[in-house]
Amino acid sequence: MHDFTPISALIGGALIGLASVWLLAANGRIAGVSSILHGMFTLREPQWRAWFIAGLLFAGLAWQGFGGAVPQREGFPLGWVAAAGLLVGFGTRMGGGCTSGHGVCGLGRLSVRSLAAVVTFMATGMISAYGMRHVLGVAS
Amino acid sequence: MSAFFSALGAGFVFGIGLWLSGMANPQKVLGFLDITGAWDASLMLVMGGAVAVTAVAFRLVLKRPAPLFEKRFFIPLLRSIDFPLLAGAALFGIGWGIGGYCPGPALTALSSLSAETIVFVIAMIAGGLLQRLLFPKVSA
Repeated sequence: MHDFTPISALIGGALIGLASVWLLAANGRIAGVSSILHGMFTLREPQWRAWFIAGLLFAGLAWQGFGGAVPQREGFPLGWVAAAGLLVGFGTRMGGGCTSGHGVCGLGRLSVRSLAAVVTFMATGMISAYGMRHVLGVAS
Repeated sequence: MSAFFSALGAGFVFGIGLWLSGMANPQKVLGFLDITGAWDASLMLVMGGAVAVTAVAFRLVLKRPAPLFEKRFFIPLLRSIDFPLLAGAALFGIGWGIGGYCPGPALTALSSLSAETIVFVIAMIAGGLLQRLLFPKVSA
């Protein structure tokens, strides 16, 4: 096992869960980041979505401001980054959720539909990561 | 106005959770998805920690008549496991496995203004719009 960080993973995960509970309890919304993002561009009540995303960005600034590590990877081709972004945007819009909406919130609601999505994207994610590293040999 | 500050706060805590857990580091994510390499199981604990919180607290929250700042809860009603769900989740997973970014981590990492986060987020938004444009009826 490599770079295993169980404590920070559990605490970070619990914070993600708490934030999702907060958004549901206070705003009545599911903390599904892909739906929050895509909804901004269909102008479905864009304000609260923009505030949530601003919170994500502020978290990044605060993390860096307090000296948290921000790993930079070098030499990973931007063409692959663009392809990845397109697939993530297209797929999450089509499937109605991502790791947070179907994962953290959907599994929390014991939704079988979300479980099917999670199993599917974990499987294709593992195949795709394997293909990139060991078949195509793209360094990441 | 309090609803917007609440969404901001939830996004902030969510983002800190992403950084602390390692989800905002695409190389750590790929170390988890690539189960044939030096497998890093940490991200399993991120999802586990988050779902442990939501699974318990969502039940309690949803017993309340309404959220604090809205008149009702906005909960997805779809239950079907259909083509858009599975195809969308599959495409999302492929993109996740290529770049190591899913939507939440990409947005909070955008605060570093690295070339790869800028390219990824623009492509992700474009991918969502493209899905809407090409298949307006095929979405979950």
